[in-house]
Parts: sequence; C-alpha cells; structure tokens
Amino acid sequence: MLTPAPLTRRDALRRVIGVSIALASMDLTSFGAAGGRGIGTDPNLLKKEIPWPRILSDAERKATTALADILLPADDLGPAASTLGVPDFIDEWVSAPYDAQEKDRGVIQTGLAWLDGEAKTRFGKVFADSSHEQQTALVDDITKDGTPAHQDAFGFFSLFRSLASGGYFSTPEGWAAIGYVGNKPLAEFPGPPPEVMKHLGLA
Amino acid sequence: MPVITPRKTLTSYDVLIVGSGAAGGMSAYVLARAGLKVLMLEAGRDYDPVKETAMFQTNVDAPLRGESTKDKPFGFFDATVDGGWTVPGEPYRVKRTGSNEWVDASDWKAKQTNQNFMWWRPRMLGGRTNHWGRIALRMGSYDFKPKTRDGLGLDWPFEYKEIEPWYDKTEALIGVFGTNEGMENTPDSLQGSLQPPPKPRGYELLTQKFCKPLGIPVIPSHLAILTKPLNGRAACFYATECGRGCAIRANFQSTTVLLPPAIETGNLDIITNAMVREVTIDKAGKATGVLYINKDTGKEERATARVVVLAASGCESARILLNSKSNLFPNGLANGSGKVGRYLMDTVGSSLVGQIPALENCPPHNEDGASGMHMYMPWWLYKEQLAGKLGFARGYHIEFGGGRDMPGMGTYIPDPKVYGTALKREARRYFGSIIGFAGRGEMIPNDDCYCEIDPDRKDKYGIPVLRFHWKWTDHEKLQAVHMQKTFKDIIDAMGGKVLGTPQLDPEKAIMAGGTIIHEVGTTCMGSDAKNSVLNQWSQAWEVPNLLVTDGGPFASNADKNPTLSIMALAMRSCTHLAEEMKKGNI
Repeated sequence: MLTPAPLTRRDALRRVIGVSIALASMDLTSFGAAGGRGIGTDPNLLKKEIPWPRILSDAERKATTALADILLPADDLGPAASTLGVPDFIDEWVSAPYDAQEKDRGVIQTGLAWLDGEAKTRFGKVFADSSHEQQTALVDDITKDGTPAHQDAFGFFSLFRSLASGGYFSTPEGWAAIGYVGNKPLAEFPGPPPEVMKHLGLA
Repeated sequence: MPVITPRKTLTSYDVLIVGSGAAGGMSAYVLARAGLKVLMLEAGRDYDPVKETAMFQTNVDAPLRGESTKDKPFGFFDATVDGGWTVPGEPYRVKRTGSNEWVDASDWKAKQTNQNFMWWRPRMLGGRTNHWGRIALRMGSYDFKPKTRDGLGLDWPFEYKEIEPWYDKTEALIGVFGTNEGMENTPDSLQGSLQPPPKPRGYELLTQKFCKPLGIPVIPSHLAILTKPLNGRAACFYATECGRGCAIRANFQSTTVLLPPAIETGNLDIITNAMVREVTIDKAGKATGVLYINKDTGKEERATARVVVLAASGCESARILLNSKSNLFPNGLANGSGKVGRYLMDTVGSSLVGQIPALENCPPHNEDGASGMHMYMPWWLYKEQLAGKLGFARGYHIEFGGGRDMPGMGTYIPDPKVYGTALKREARRYFGSIIGFAGRGEMIPNDDCYCEIDPDRKDKYGIPVLRFHWKWTDHEKLQAVHMQKTFKDIIDAMGGKVLGTPQLDPEKAIMAGGTIIHEVGTTCMGSDAKNSVLNQWSQAWEVPNLLVTDGGPFASNADKNPTLSIMALAMRSCTHLAEEMKKGNI
C-alpha cells in the first residue's frame, strides 16, 4: 500500500492527457513562462527569433520526423513534412514557455515514448527504424476504434496531427497543397472568378 | 524621454492632450491646424507603422506560426505593443464568476474568461487605431435619442443632424469605403464622399443569397480602408491583414493619418512614455495641466497648459479624473454629478461558426481582399422591436468572415482519423468552407456597470488602479440569444453545419463585458450638469477648460462600432474649443 506501483506507459499517458484536460478547463496564466524566455510584449515583428531552446531529444526528433512523414508524405500535392521543417516546428512548439504549449509538450513527449516503446515491442525497433508498412500498421491501430493502441495513443495522434498540419499548410508548399493563392499585391480586387461563381451556384 | 519633434518642449502650451489614438490624434489634428500650441502625452512608446509593420510576412515568419500567446493575445503580427488584456505592472481589478473577491485581471483569452470585465490597453503611439477592425459605421438618428424613442437609457444632448457634417468631414479626412443604401437608422454618407467598396467575395455573395429569403439584408460594409489614393496615401493592394497596421498607409491609423499632418504644422509636440497620474488645478478650480510619470526615469513631472483634453480611452480618462482629488473636488475632478466612471458600456458580442458544404472543393482563388469584411448585415428589425415583439429593446449588426485566409494553425479536417495523402486531400477540400458569424449589439447603460478606483491596489508607478463592476440586463442577454438563433438560421439556410452548439441560455450566450473593446460612457455628456459629466461640447460642466474627447462622452453605445463616432465627436468638440479660445472665452 505504501509503495505506489510503477507507472506503466499507458497509465503515464492517460495521466498526462487527464492533466491536460483539467488544465484546459482553467485559465492559469500564473503557470506561464516557466522555462525560458517568451516572445515578450514588444518583439521585432520583421525578424523571426525563437528565444527559447528546443527541448526534444535526438530520439524524440527522430520519431517526430518519421511520424510527420507518415501523416504528411510526399505525393502529388507536395513534398513530405520533414522536407518543410515540420519536425523542427513541432519541437519549437512543444519547447515554448507558455501554458498551452507546455501542456502539449507533456502529451507529445509521452506519446513519442509510447510510439517507440510500442514499435520495439511489436517490431523490435524504434518507430523511425521500422519499415514503412510497420509504421503504417501502428498508426492504423492508433486510429482504429477498439484497439489498445487507439485507447492509449489517439489523443496524442490528434494533437500531433493538428500541430503537423498547421506546420505544413502554413509553408509556401503547404499553401499550394491546400489551395491558398493569396498574399499577393493586386491593383484591384477581382472578386470570385467565373468558375467559382459557377461552383457556388451563383453564375 | 523621447519627444517626437525636432526641438525641446515649451514651458507652457495652449492645449495639453492625454492620449494619441482616435480621440487624441483627431484632437491634435484639429487644434494644431487651428494654430494652437499643443503638447501630447502618450503612455506608451513611439511607434512608426511605416517602419515596423510586418507586411507580407507569413505565419512561417513568426514564432509558433503566429499563434496567440499571453504576450501577443491577438497573434504575433498584431499591431499591439506592450499591451493586450493585461499590461505588465499595470493591473486592474475584477471579480470572477462565483466569487465576490476583488482580484487582479489575468486572463488573455476573451472567449474563455470568467472575469466580469476585460480591458484591452496598448502602450504605443496611436493606441488601438494601429490594430482596430477599421469598421466605420455612423450612428443614426435613433441612436442619439434612444430614450425619447423607447424610454430606456440616456439621450445625447443633440440630434443626429447636428453631428452629421462632422461625420462627413471625418470620413473625407480618413477615407472610408462603402455605399449609401438609404436604410433605416443606417445613415447615408455625403453624396460622392465614400470610396467604392471592393467586390464581394464568393462566400459573401453566397451568404447574401441565402439571407435574402430570411429577410436579412447583406450590404457593402463601411471600412476605413482606401480603395483609391487619398491625400498622398496609397490605395489598398488587397494583401496582408489590417490588424498588423499598414506600412503603405492605406488604412486608417492615427499614426499615419492624423499625427503626421498635425506635426507638420509645427504646433504639436509629443512626449511618449509619459503616464499621466492626475489633472492639476488652480485655486479657482480651473485645470492647469497634469502630473505624469516619466517612465524612463520613474520621476513625476509636471506639464502645463491653458486647456487639458483627456483622450486616454473611456476608462483611463475616468481613472485620471477620479485620481485628481482636491479640497475643491473631493470625489475626483469634474465629478460633482457622481457620474465619472458610471454608465460604462461595451458592445454585446456573441458568435457562432458554421461549415458550408457548398464552399467545399472550391477552385483555388485569392480571397484576401481588403482583409476585413466586404459585406455585413445592418440591424433589420427596428419595427418589430419597437412594437415589442422581440423581448429586447435594441438591435445588433452581424459581422461575418471566413474564406480562404492565409493558413496558420487550426486546419479544419473533420475526420479525426484520416492521415497521409487523404489528409492533404481533406484539408484542400474543406479549406475556405468555414464562416464565422459575430453579432455586435447595443447595450443600454445601467447602474450596475461602472468603474471606480480600487481603495488598495496601485500600479507600478504608484497610481491607484481601476476596478470594474458589471451586470448585463435581460436586454443584452436576450439579444445575444437572438443572435445565436439568427446565426443558426443562416447556417441552416445555407445547408451548413453548426460547429459547436448554438448557445440559447441567456446567461451563457453573451461574452464578458469589455471583450468587444468598445468601452464607452464613463464621462457621459448630457444637457444637465446634475446627471452628466460633460456638456455637448465635451467640456466638463464644472471645469470648462477641461475636455474629454474619447469614448467617455457617449450617452449611448449603438451597435455601430464607436471609433468613427469618437473621431467625429472629437472633431466637433475641438473645433468648438479652438473657436472659444480664439474668442477668449476659455
């Protein structure tokens, strides 16, 4: 009774996600800026500077890169996530000294550890070193209702997919993939072209 | 201490203005051009949109892809310096839901707050005009005499006709696009003075089509953005968000439109980082200047002038008056009526988001436009409301936005399990298919909404801070429920899906006080010194050489966003002031 049982990976992940949900329901600004310097209230807007150090380990970066490329692979809509700096963006995000990002950090790090542990158990290798088929099989299980993997890791998958998508579609290549063609100076605003009017049933 | 002029400041001035935003900028523009020597004190730092605005930078060029943080609550590129819902070292006091205890405000997410009030303050030259929404709607004839019309709230001491020419002049000066539609209580502008509106976007036209059978008008919005060059300013080039400010000066900011011509006269000196503490008076009770903290040295300094104009924002100007206590004015300066800080109003806000299948898989095209909405819905149920059919007394307009905005965080992909190439196809399919509807409604002033000085708490300069009392009435709460129902009706009519749930609980449909950043009424004008702080010229009844020209003078807060009216009012009041000073009456 006095000695708590060691946490299994599954318990740890649940606990982290549980805490995240509890934190999400409160507005705890006092938790902010725990480790490292934030952006500040008057940053230079013309120069990108990330004032906090990246905290993911090499192993975590490797798993992040592999998973990002499974989620957003090279195809006819654009290059793979890793070639657009998405893994580094995820590291930037989870390393930031703000409440929301600190909350995400726990979910991502616990999830990445689970992913590697699960791959080792099933394939004898960390996730990044597993074959493409093995990686896909594991992610399929995470996204399939009723599997233990889904129960353990789906919250992590959702957050990771959201960060990877935001990181991906905000790049110029991501714009092309999603169909954003703005941020260009125009002499006049043309309004919707004929094919759009037709698509909307307004022609 | 930076002085934004090539020479040293004078020992005394004709007029001293506190604040540099919509009100301070317009006051300085009018008074300096009338030949008066003007000193402006700004609590924040010098700021130059031409040099500092991030034009064309993308979300990849920002930390965290430009996402909101407590340091930059409206996102990285938002043109707010050293401020937001909190200002470091400058607390304000609020109550949280379910508690009766006064605590320092600390929230930075307006939609999730349980504070009774949220107060947005920047600390920069030009104030909130650097990032504002550029929505420039005139108040109408009903809005100046609301009590006469339905028996509620307060009347202004003049009619719409009186201020109409000042709206004309303000619009001609700042540049506003839009159309004249001849609609009820939605005034037309001077014929030929509005700039042409940009063409509507696809989703705006689609919304217009489906609103028509619902009887909801969708018309071109009025935004303070140039679509044609004006006074040496370039027209909009339809890229990058107005909230970042505008380096080509195509939209209205005090820093690009009002302050440069005022400085050019040689009559305006500006001291930044000057945090005003109180207005000083002489033995006769006339204003003589202000005491302010030099933020660079921490020392208190004095500035003197024949006239003091407070333009520090409704609540900040009230705070200065309440902190200006003396034997002559024991309850604060110009507060014989007890109305300083009272009748605090914000705008009723409520929003709902819908996903519209008709917008899916749309051929890629550029929808950036003039960044803000090209169309909006003015209030359309005046007659039903006056007949008592709605259960709440005042109206709202609808702002809506969506479309194919520059991607950042928050990609809409409804299937939570999809990944791989299918994920990209889904992102592409749904991109631009989301529309958000936001109601902006009139609040009626009431006795339970006010600010006062907290008896204990001081800011880092030793200046006593404000605390906020707030209570919505049924008029606002039921209006917010009506907004939610209307938004659902529109989304349903478009064949769309509401994301989230329409909030029909009157206690929950409305956002917290202050969150729409339209706080006005705290030094209200009236026709009777017993019940108001200012006369119709924004002069304090008790101190004729003291004016307030920000949102404080508002006797009502119509659904029309207040900035244009603040400027028209400041122009009228300061023109009158200059005439009176020339006549030797002040």
